Amino acid sequence: MTQAFWTFIALVSHWRRHPVNFGALFVGLAIATALWSGVQALNEHARASYDRAASIFGAGGARSIVPTRGGSVSQDLFVKLRLAGWKVSPVLEGTVRIHGKRFRLIGIEPVTLPREAGVAVVAGEGALGAFLKPPGRMIVTPETLRELSAAESVAIVIDGGKTLPPIEALAAALPGALVVDIGVAQAVLNRPEQISRLIFKEPPSAVAPPLATVAGDALRLVPPREEESDIRRLTESFHLNLTAFGLLACLVGFFIVHAAFGLAFEQRLAMVRTMRAVGVSARTLIVAMLGELALLALVAGSAGVGAGYLLAAALLPDMAASLDGLYGARVAGQLALDPMWWISGLGIAVIGSLVAAGGGLFKAFYLPVLMAAQPFAWRQVQQKFLWRRSVLGALGIAAFLVAHFYGKGLYAAFGMIAGLLLGAALLLPLLLDGVLRLGEKYASQPLAQWFWADCRQQLPGLSLALMALLLALSTNVGVGAMVEGFRKTFTQWLDERLVAEVYFEVAGNAETQQIEAWLEKRPEVSAILPMSKIKIRLGGWPVDIVGMKPHETYRNHFPMLSETGDAWGELQRGEGALVSEQLARRLDLALGSTLDVPAADGQWRVRIAGIFPDYGNPKGQLRIDIDRLMRLWPETPRMGYSLRTAPKAVPELIDALQTEFGQQISQISDQAAIKNLSMRIFERTFAVTAALNLLTLLVAGIALLANFLTLGNVRLAQLAPVWAVGVSRMRLAQLEFLRVLLLAAVTSAFALPLGLALAWQLVAVVNVQAFGWRLPFHVFPAQLGQTVALALLTAAAAAIWPIIRFVRITPAALAKVFANER
Amino acid sequence: MAGETRASLLRVAGLKKSFTTPQGRLAILKGVDLELDVGSSLALMGESGSGKSTLLHLIAGLDDADEGEIFLDDVAVTRLPDFGRAALRRETLAVVFQQFNLIPSLTIRANVAFQARLAGRLDPVWREELVGRLGLENLMERYPEQLSGGQQQRVAIARALAPRPRLLLADEPTGNLDEATADDFIKLTTEVVAATGCAFLMITHSKRLAARLERQVTLSSGVIKEL
Repeated sequence: MTQAFWTFIALVSHWRRHPVNFGALFVGLAIATALWSGVQALNEHARASYDRAASIFGAGGARSIVPTRGGSVSQDLFVKLRLAGWKVSPVLEGTVRIHGKRFRLIGIEPVTLPREAGVAVVAGEGALGAFLKPPGRMIVTPETLRELSAAESVAIVIDGGKTLPPIEALAAALPGALVVDIGVAQAVLNRPEQISRLIFKEPPSAVAPPLATVAGDALRLVPPREEESDIRRLTESFHLNLTAFGLLACLVGFFIVHAAFGLAFEQRLAMVRTMRAVGVSARTLIVAMLGELALLALVAGSAGVGAGYLLAAALLPDMAASLDGLYGARVAGQLALDPMWWISGLGIAVIGSLVAAGGGLFKAFYLPVLMAAQPFAWRQVQQKFLWRRSVLGALGIAAFLVAHFYGKGLYAAFGMIAGLLLGAALLLPLLLDGVLRLGEKYASQPLAQWFWADCRQQLPGLSLALMALLLALSTNVGVGAMVEGFRKTFTQWLDERLVAEVYFEVAGNAETQQIEAWLEKRPEVSAILPMSKIKIRLGGWPVDIVGMKPHETYRNHFPMLSETGDAWGELQRGEGALVSEQLARRLDLALGSTLDVPAADGQWRVRIAGIFPDYGNPKGQLRIDIDRLMRLWPETPRMGYSLRTAPKAVPELIDALQTEFGQQISQISDQAAIKNLSMRIFERTFAVTAALNLLTLLVAGIALLANFLTLGNVRLAQLAPVWAVGVSRMRLAQLEFLRVLLLAAVTSAFALPLGLALAWQLVAVVNVQAFGWRLPFHVFPAQLGQTVALALLTAAAAAIWPIIRFVRITPAALAKVFANER
Repeated sequence: MAGETRASLLRVAGLKKSFTTPQGRLAILKGVDLELDVGSSLALMGESGSGKSTLLHLIAGLDDADEGEIFLDDVAVTRLPDFGRAALRRETLAVVFQQFNLIPSLTIRANVAFQARLAGRLDPVWREELVGRLGLENLMERYPEQLSGGQQQRVAIARALAPRPRLLLADEPTGNLDEATADDFIKLTTEVVAATGCAFLMITHSKRLAARLERQVTLSSGVIKEL
C-alpha cells in the first residue's frame, strides 16, 4: 500500500510540472463526458416526459376506450356504458391556442375518474369542490404556468375569446396540459355533449355486455401501452440521431484522452524506468497508474457531468420546440434527472478513460524495464501498431460494406456510418505517411528533405489528434451537406406545397357551411379549398386520412415523387389515393398497389395513384377526395381551409374573416407566416445538431493543441540541431506552422470525400430509415471550401501558441538541449 | 582490511547472456563468476560494449540471464519473479545511473526520500545526515533540472543510500562529471558507503577512480578477470 501510494504521488507530481498537459487531458475528458451526458440528459428528460404524458390515462392499470375513427363521440355512449355496468369516466381532449401557442386541454370528470389515472390530479374534498363549482379550476404544472405568462388564480382568455377557469399550479400535473372539468372543456372546445375518451380501472361487472354490444364499432379498447409506444416509436429516430451525434462527439473527446495519456506516458518513460529501478514492481506501477486514471476520470468526469447538465439545459428549449413542432410531443421545460443519470455519466468517464488509456497501461505492464530506458520506446512500439491500426481500419471499412449490403434498419445504418468513420480514421496515418513519403521522395533541397522527413517523424505523435480532426471535419461536411440539402429541398417543397394565400382552421363543424357560403360571395376569393382529417391506424401506425379537393391549384403545384398518368382524376373519382412517402415505405406501397382502409361501413379498398413527399411529418398520411372522405366517415368535421386570392387582398380578407366569424376561426395565417413558422421549426430541429457539430470540431481543436503542447519539449530537442547548423528560429517557426497546415490540409482533403460519403449515408439511408423520407443528394462546393478553411484555422489556432513559445525561446535555452544530451 | 574475514554478500556463478543482432546471436557474458563481500567495494572495468552494464542490470534484476545464477544474501535473484526482484531493488540493493535518473517532477527532498518511502523505512535522522554529508542542505526545495550534474549525482546517491541498502550498484556514475567533481563524488560516496557498511560495486572507465576502491576487476571477452 505504501509503495502504491508513493508511486502514485510521484506519478501525479508530473502533472504539477506540466499543468497545460494536465489541462488538455482534464478538458478532453470533461468535454467527452459533458457531450455524452448532455445528450443523454436530453434523451432521458424527453423520455421521462413521454412516460408521464403516456401515463396520464394509463397509470396504475387504468385502461382507455377511444372512438374507433378518432375525434370524439356523443356522451350518450358514456351513459349507455355506465348503465350497462362499465365503470367508465369520460374525458374530452382538444387543443386551444393562447397567445398563438398551442396547449392541450383535457376535460375530466373527477368524481368517476379512477384515482390511479395520472390525470386524476384533483384530490381531497375541498379541491374537488373548487374544481367542480363555478368558475372551477384549471390545473397546470408550475412550468406551464410560466409558459402561459400568468399567475395562479388568474382566469386566462384563449385566442377566440373564451375564458378558462382560474389557474391552480400543481407539480404533479401533466407538462403542457391544461386540466379542467369536462363541462368546461366541452364549452371551450365548442364540442357540447362530446367525449374523446373513456377511462376505467375496474373491470366491467360480470353481467355487463361486451363493449361492441353497447357501442357497436364506434369505440375500441386501447391496448395497454399503445399510446406510449406510439410517441416512443415516432420520436425514437430523433433520439437515436441525437445519441449518435453525442456518441461521436464523445468518441472524439476520448481520442484526446487516449492521445494525451499516451503522450504523458511517453514523457514519463524516464520516471517509470527510475521507479522500476528503485524497486517499484510492474504490478504496483499499474495499480498506481490505474488509481491516477480513476481519480482523474472521477474529478474531470464530475466536471463533465456538471457541464453536460448545463449543455442540456441550454439545448433543451430547442429540442423541446423540435419535438413539439415535429411530433407534437410536449417536453417539460425544466431539466429533472434521475440520480442514475449522474452515476452513469461518471461511469462513462471512468470506463471511457480506462478504455482510452487501457492500451497504454497494458503496454506499460509488458514493456521491459530496460526497454523503457530508451527514449521514445513508446513511439517505436507505436510504429509497429501503424500496420495493426491500418488492418483494423480495413476491418472497419469491411464492416461498413457488410452493413451496406446486408444490413437493415436504423441500427445497421448507424453501424455502417461507424464502420466507415472509424475505418477511415484508422487508415488516416497510413494515408498521411504515403503522402509525406511522396513529398520526401521529390524534395531536393536539404531543408525540404528534413522538413518532409520531420513531418513523417511527427506522425505517430500527432496521428490521434489528426484522426479526431478527420472525424470532426467529415461529420461537419456530412451533417452540413445533409442539413443544407434538407433546407434547400424543404424550402422548395414549402414553396410548392403552400401555394394558397390564406390558411385557417375552424373551431367547430356547425359554422362551416356559413363560412363557405360567406366566402363564395367574396369576389376576391378565387378558390375555396376545404380540408378534413380523420385519424386511423394502418399496419399498427397512426395515420391521418386527409380529405382535399382535387383543384387546379393542387394539380399544378402539389409536389409529387411519383404519380400515375391520371392521379388527380383517380382521386376525384374516389378510386385513388395519394400516400405520403413515409407511409408508402412503412406499408411497402408502390404506385398501383391497393390498400384496405377501415371505414365506418367496412373496408374501403383504394388504389395508390401518387406518392408525395411529406417532410417533417412523423405520421403517415393518405390523401383522398374530400367528398369521398365525407361519405366514408360522415361525422368528420371540416378542419380548415386554404383560400386562393390575389396577394394584395390577403390582409383585408383576413380582417374581414375575423370580423365576421370571430372565435369560430381558431387560427388564421397568410402564406408567409406559415412558411416562416415551418422554417423556424426546421431551424430549431437542427439547432441541437449544429451545436454538437461545432462542439465536436472544438474538441478536435483541443486535441491538436494538447498534442502540440505535450510534444513541445520533445520538439525542442528535435529542432535544436537544425537551429545549431544555421537555420534561424524564425525560419524554423515558419516551417513548424507550414507543417501543421500541411497535415491539416491533407487531413481535410481526406475528410471531404469521407464527409460526402457520410452525407450520402445520412440522406439516402439514415433519413429513410429514421423518418421515412429520402432527400436528394446535393454537394455544396462553398461549404466544402469553408470546411477546408475551418480545418486550417483550427490547426493554425491550435499550433500558434506552441510556435510563439518556440520563437520566444532564448538561444541559451536551445543550447541547453545539447547540455542535457545523453 | 587485510586479514579481516567478511561474509559473502553477492555471488555470481556461470552467468551467460546474449543478444540478437542483425548479424545473429551475440554472446556478451560467457560465464561470469564474481563474489563480493559484505561492506567491500569493487570497481568493474572494461571496454565499451564488453557487457559491464548488462552484468549490473542482471545483478539488479532489471534483465533476465540466459544461464547461471546470482545470489544476493543467499537469495537467487535469477529465480525471482518481477515482484520479488522489485522488492529486492527496493529493500536490499540500490542503483545509481550515469544519467542520475531523478524524478523531474519531485523536489530534491522528495527525490531523496522516494526509495526509502517505497521500502517503508524512511529514517528522517539518517536522511538529514546523508543530506548534510553530501552537501545538499540548500538544495532540498529545488527541482532536479535546477541542479548541476554533480549535484544531481549526489542526490542520486542520497536517494540510493536513504533506505540503507546492503549493496550499492553504480553504472558509470561519474561519466557525466568533470574530473574534479568526479573525484569529489567518489570521495563522498566511499565515505558514506563505509559509514553504512553496505557493499559497493561501481562500473568505471577511469583507472584513477577505480584505484580508490578495494578491488578492481575487468570484464573482457565475456568473463571477469582480477586486476
